[in-house]
Amino acid sequence: MGTYDYQTYDVIKPRELDGQRSDAPVVIVGAGPIGLAAAIDLALQGIKTIVVDDNNVVSVGSRAICWAKRSLEIFDRLGVGQRMLEKGVTWQLGRVHVGDEQVYTFDLLPEAGHQYPAFINLQQYYVEQYLIERCADFPDLIEIRFKNKVVAVRNQPDQVELDLETPFGDYTLNAQWLIACDGAKSFVRDALGLQFKGQVFDEQFLIADIKMEADFPSERWFWFMPTFHPGQSALLHKQPDNIYRIDLQLGADADVALEKQPERVIPRIKKVVGERPFELDWVSVYQFRCAKLDRFVHDRVVFAGDSAHVVSPFGARGGNGGIHDIDNLGWKLARVVRGEADTSLMETYNQERVYGSEENIRNSTWTTQYMSPETSVATLFRDAVLDLAKTRAFARRMVNAGRLSVPCVLEEFALQTPSPAISTVRTGQVCPDAPLSLNGRPQWLLPMLGGAFKLLCVGCEIRVNGLESIVIGDGGYEDATGKAVKDYGQGVYLIRPDQHVAAQWTAPTESDILSALARAGGEQC
Amino acid sequence: MLNLDYNFADQHDQLYNELLLLHDGLDADQSQALNARLILILMNHIGDADVLREAFKAAQL
Ligand SMILES: Cc1cc2nc3c(=O)[nH]c(=O)nc-3n(C[C@H](O)[C@H](O)[C@H](O)COP(=O)(O)OP(=O)(O)OC[C@H]3O[C@@H](n4cnc5c(N)ncnc54)[C@H](O)[C@@H]3O)c2cc1C
Repeated sequence: MGTYDYQTYDVIKPRELDGQRSDAPVVIVGAGPIGLAAAIDLALQGIKTIVVDDNNVVSVGSRAICWAKRSLEIFDRLGVGQRMLEKGVTWQLGRVHVGDEQVYTFDLLPEAGHQYPAFINLQQYYVEQYLIERCADFPDLIEIRFKNKVVAVRNQPDQVELDLETPFGDYTLNAQWLIACDGAKSFVRDALGLQFKGQVFDEQFLIADIKMEADFPSERWFWFMPTFHPGQSALLHKQPDNIYRIDLQLGADADVALEKQPERVIPRIKKVVGERPFELDWVSVYQFRCAKLDRFVHDRVVFAGDSAHVVSPFGARGGNGGIHDIDNLGWKLARVVRGEADTSLMETYNQERVYGSEENIRNSTWTTQYMSPETSVATLFRDAVLDLAKTRAFARRMVNAGRLSVPCVLEEFALQTPSPAISTVRTGQVCPDAPLSLNGRPQWLLPMLGGAFKLLCVGCEIRVNGLESIVIGDGGYEDATGKAVKDYGQGVYLIRPDQHVAAQWTAPTESDILSALARAGGEQC
Repeated sequence: MLNLDYNFADQHDQLYNELLLLHDGLDADQSQALNARLILILMNHIGDADVLREAFKAAQL
């Protein structure tokens, strides 16, 4: 089984076993999408990392497929966004059926003027492969050590020590910081004795990837109680390489071992896709949970991705949420390692991403409860919404087949300078993209905003020492479509390295800007 | 006129969840009774007989 050609990556003897030392200030545990993204983000900041993983292949089987617009923008900053876009299946239309009748369609990005679409579908193994290949662009800054398994962690106030097992022998590594990206079953989390609190859902889901020649459009099709799968829900989604993802709700009592048997799976899938020939690429049965750590920073150990939080996959908030973690973490940790900010900046990572993950968990929990109601009252109301949705527009919006991942707004947190909004763009929000040009050459706004603090000046020009200004209008970039002015109005924005707005003004003084910059950079938090 | 356009100001998931939480720990009869009380409270709030009759019809599908 399997269309993707899984490569095994070279396993190299760690230099510690030859009596040498490493000087990377940061060790990342886990070479999943989140750990790899962390290594690249830190490399872009000039920070050296060692990534250790107990395995030497990319993610096997059916896991993440949906990558949301905001994650693609982050992947773009990391240097893999275009490659993902080219390979991925772009989609933005969702169709929701009740029984066999379509009751609802939603278009996720009706507005033009963004470089990246609402969503692409791309198998997790491709994403990890692209990230591993991107890491190779930083040979002096990123070292990936495959088949290096962490077996002990000693977290100290000013450094961290970990023991590793490798095919060549065991050794110990020291670092200033450890980022635990070791997934939902995180060893590091257990080693620190941290609780992972949340809720397990009884419902079981069959998740299958099939290979099939078909002309299904690039859309997300969801069914509540279709005749081909009575009483349960079903989802069909297209991926590259003629692979389709099918999720079938099986109920709480389904027998996992039995349901994974091809002789059970194939007839179920035939009912979805009809008589078209197909091959099974991967099949698994999952039970989902929503859980998180109370805190993501514990002395010198920082949690990101599934080690910090897990959600049911129906809003595509797992991998996407983890990528948002790294976007928030990379520049902060780099500033702390470089000595530009003290460790209190790490506390803002904790606060902002705990908040983000709570939003993701809340939404995923609501969706899961809606899709697989656990009480008779919940079923009663769910069915009432579905009945009304056939004729009533208001009820259609209440049908919850997944509220898909969106970035959160960080307005209330310490790094942002409270300021009245001068446009529709709120402080703490991710900057909306806009198509610009300079001397006739097209240029998207967002790629100019990442990586460092920047000033975005719309319809005016302000320059402050040590801060790059991006000027739109007024002799700077042209905004031919008017989208930038429509969104941003006229004024000045301080933009964080993760493209969130830290402050905004119509006419700031230099000292307004410098104090907002000091605050956003963690000098006053 | 009965408003059948969307009118939840983006709070529908939150409020739907709160509605279900009201039923936590209730048996079927208690849930029914709660729903009945809730309908009566909302009817009183609306007050307008024409609107309510339109709603009765809409609920019959
Ligand atoms: C069926 C399904 C569908 C999903 N669909 C989506 C989706 O559409 N969109 C989305 O955004 N997300 C989705 N997700 C979630 C997504 O797969 C995860 O959120 C994502 O994999 C998390 O990445 P990670 O890097 O945090 O962890 P992982 O991908 O789990 O990586 C952890 C890594 O750590 C390594 N490791 C573990 N322990 C150790 C140790 N002791 N020493 C060294 N290394 C170790 C592991 O080998 C692994 O490589 C889905 C998940 C499932 C199961």
